[in-house]
Amino acid sequence: MNTSRPAQQASFSLSPHMDVVLEFRNVRKVFPGTGKPIHALHDISFRLRQGVVMGLIGPDGAGKTTCLRLAAALLHPDHGQITVLGMDPGREAQTIQANIGYMPQRFGLYEDLTVQENLDLYADLHELSPAARLSRYHRLMAMTGLAPFMERLAGHLSGGMKQKLGLACTLLGTPRLLLLDEPTVGVDPLSRRELWAIVSRLVQEEGTTVLLSTAYLEEAEQCHEVIVLHEGRILGYGSPADFQRTMERAVYHVQSRERRARVLQMALATHPSVVDTVIQGEAVRVILADSTSHTVNAVSTHVPDAFLTPVTPRLEDWFVARLTQQPSREGLPGDDSLEGFPSASSPTSSRDSAHPTIVVRHASRRFGQFDAVKDVSFTVLPGEIFGLLGANGAGKSTTFRMLCGLLPPTGGALRVAGVDLRHAPAAARQRIGYMSQKFSLYRDLTVLQNLEFFSSVYGLRGSTRTARTQWALEQFGLTAWTHAVTDQLPLGFKQRLALACALMHHPEILFLDEPTSGVDPLARREFWRRITWLAEQGVTVMVTTHFLEEAEYCDRIAILSAGRLLTVGTPEEIKERARSDARPHPSLEDAVITLIEADSARS
Amino acid sequence: MTESPGSSASRVVTAPAPRVRAIRLRGLIRKEFLQVVRDPSSIAIAFFLPVLLLVLFGYGVSLNAKHVPLAVVAEKPDSLTAGLTASFRHSSFFDLSVYSTMSEAEQALRAHQVQAIVRLRENMAQAFTSQDGAPIQVIVNGSDANTARLILGYIQESIAIWLEHLERAGRVVLPIPVRIEPRIWFNPEVESRHFLVPGLIAVIMTLIGALLTALVMAREWERGTLEALMVTPVTIQEILLGKLLPYFLLGTGGLALSVAMAIWLFQVPFRGSFGVLAGTGALFLLVALGMGLLISVVARNQFIASQVAILATFLPAFILSGFIFDLKSMPAPIQVLTYGVAARYFVEILQTLFLAGTVWDLILPNAMTLVIMALLFLGLSRWKFRKRLD
Repeated sequence: MNTSRPAQQASFSLSPHMDVVLEFRNVRKVFPGTGKPIHALHDISFRLRQGVVMGLIGPDGAGKTTCLRLAAALLHPDHGQITVLGMDPGREAQTIQANIGYMPQRFGLYEDLTVQENLDLYADLHELSPAARLSRYHRLMAMTGLAPFMERLAGHLSGGMKQKLGLACTLLGTPRLLLLDEPTVGVDPLSRRELWAIVSRLVQEEGTTVLLSTAYLEEAEQCHEVIVLHEGRILGYGSPADFQRTMERAVYHVQSRERRARVLQMALATHPSVVDTVIQGEAVRVILADSTSHTVNAVSTHVPDAFLTPVTPRLEDWFVARLTQQPSREGLPGDDSLEGFPSASSPTSSRDSAHPTIVVRHASRRFGQFDAVKDVSFTVLPGEIFGLLGANGAGKSTTFRMLCGLLPPTGGALRVAGVDLRHAPAAARQRIGYMSQKFSLYRDLTVLQNLEFFSSVYGLRGSTRTARTQWALEQFGLTAWTHAVTDQLPLGFKQRLALACALMHHPEILFLDEPTSGVDPLARREFWRRITWLAEQGVTVMVTTHFLEEAEYCDRIAILSAGRLLTVGTPEEIKERARSDARPHPSLEDAVITLIEADSARS
Repeated sequence: MTESPGSSASRVVTAPAPRVRAIRLRGLIRKEFLQVVRDPSSIAIAFFLPVLLLVLFGYGVSLNAKHVPLAVVAEKPDSLTAGLTASFRHSSFFDLSVYSTMSEAEQALRAHQVQAIVRLRENMAQAFTSQDGAPIQVIVNGSDANTARLILGYIQESIAIWLEHLERAGRVVLPIPVRIEPRIWFNPEVESRHFLVPGLIAVIMTLIGALLTALVMAREWERGTLEALMVTPVTIQEILLGKLLPYFLLGTGGLALSVAMAIWLFQVPFRGSFGVLAGTGALFLLVALGMGLLISVVARNQFIASQVAILATFLPAFILSGFIFDLKSMPAPIQVLTYGVAARYFVEILQTLFLAGTVWDLILPNAMTLVIMALLFLGLSRWKFRKRLD
């Protein structure tokens, strides 16, 4: 395997000069958890030089936030040394904190204060003189475009605007080191792109050094240096190009004229040289164990009807390849199919557009003066994977709650399997499985107790219940964890358990509300392969996500922005609409940005 | 103000900042007031709840028994029983119902239509003139022991007044050589409102000082605003003062409002000095704020903060301060516990100032205890509060 660690030496070989802004030397951090201590960071070392944008990338629980808080002198290491701007955080925390900028998760804004009042507070805290204040405001307004919103309460801003205000507040003191904790989570792609523009401008014009964390692997490309964190350890450290180089000619698009992408994917996944497969539009993106021509040929002959095209590797490819090498990874029995799960009477091949499973007609939902969802219409066919995409506050959750019958619409109609779930008999609900954002598990019950509870909720009794619980434990690879308390499970396993709980009663329709947020890419892929398998069995899947790349796994997607439906279609159709001469191969992100821009130009 | 990209990274930009800077403190205080004004729950705790409590305790809760429904059973009505019945009827303490049989009266007592029965037996007139005297049976609903004792007292007093009338009319000679002439000092009308309302002020100030402060601080932890604030030039002293000063002002407002309501709305007499009230009030507020800040160091979400604040400050101020329940009639271990309740000292000061006047012998020791407690709690919160998350 050539998916080894990228050139770590490259960053360290630079002489330890004065221009090192932040340095971690064998930093360890342990938190006293309930029961056993949690090792958040294991002997982390890195150096951040002046004017560099460094990204801390990894799933939830990787140690990103702990790293940033240590750098901000908000936490102290249990072992090792940290130097910030040449100072020791243990002794000079106050001076360090006065000279750096830090934006915590969710931006740390006073939501009941206006934009202006938030800025004034931070200007006061930085003791800016009236003249300095004016010029700084002017500059930050130009950067962030907040000027028209000065009198608005911060809590009433969109996610993207909050993010920019949070950033503006931290920038009032002209910090030399900027620490940003997940600045782009839950924010629409346009705002994300704008944030990156601001960051690169700061680096160029003010020489700012930036350390930021993100769960979006594709954002690594925007950084000068990347640290991939996983379970408190540095998995990889280098420039985005370093990561890419190690995966050169090991990533391919595989497309067949005869077989559909999903069928092809299942064939590819069983090949021993294939590390990973993902659906991407009409094609399957495949990561090979190595880039030798021998391996490439072996895979080509395995799928004679398909052709392989090498594609540019991404950080995610490297990450996935790296994670699969880890021995600790608990494999699943065989593939990701769920043996024993009933196949629908009418399989997907006969996708019946005359009898849609979900119908949403002009649905609206107002909260006071605020339109959370406005005139949204779409239909979902049996056996389809339908994605609902949008930033925080776009209306995904509200639409979802209306579909589940948890929230009455203020206008329009929503029908699931022919009934309005608001006054549906239990029998109709019996056909639906639901898995929510926070995984909706009882965290202090064991895995078995959770499974038993959910099966009893769906009316399974006696031997059926015992059999179904056993089925779930086996099929989801949870047998080893049967009596473990749910809270102690790794995130990926919690996600498996949550899906198992939602499937205990073999539903025909599955609602998934941000099912993959925070889990590592491997767990995310495993989850999607299962969902794909379920859809093949005829289960209709409705899923929300703010990961745009996940949209590629859906048959069709609806994109929401500020409560309105921007578009519905297959990922390919939506990309097609954004195609222009300047951009012959737009990504889905490009397409969404084009849509948002066109929409805001209209309104 | 922009820095050139090549500048040396190890240079320290700002010299160690002074501990409290007016401009930063001003910014924090302004922010706090804006939040109070915009947050309905802060306004509710600071203004609505005090008024509600005052009205509730001023009007609703009365430890006096007035208009007690009373049954008089006159088994054989005559002029003697009529006189006694009239004496009950003229008393503002009782609402009278007259029955002719005991069983009817007992039924009324069971149905909670009356609180007590006075039974005048059929042989009363004869027994009245006999050697042994005439026994009058009194039955009181004892489920609320305090009220029962009060009712019993009122009945005895009414009977005594009736006997006195008879004596003056020359119809009987009373064999009572000593007469008690009660004089009740400090609260001559024995109006429970007069000592409840001053005591309530201590409870209200605990609410603003400790509960509200702990809650707003916990909210800052919860929303991550404190985390953002910590990584600025702001100092710990400024963060603490930035909370202390606004809620001190708010508490002073609560004190003024409560005192004004006590004096003008509830007509509670005020016999002490307003200066001493203001001084000791400020002292008690500092204690309450110190407790609130100390709680917020530990409790970093609003739910836990409110639970801790209610259990550790509000409930003790309510129950163990002597504001409503007499401390001396509590079991000894509980009495020991009350010495740790700051409100207890302020309740005593308040009741003294309102009902007795500026009695230094009582006020000084209580005020000194408050000084010690204020120093203890404020000092502890300063010591415990760090610009740190672990």
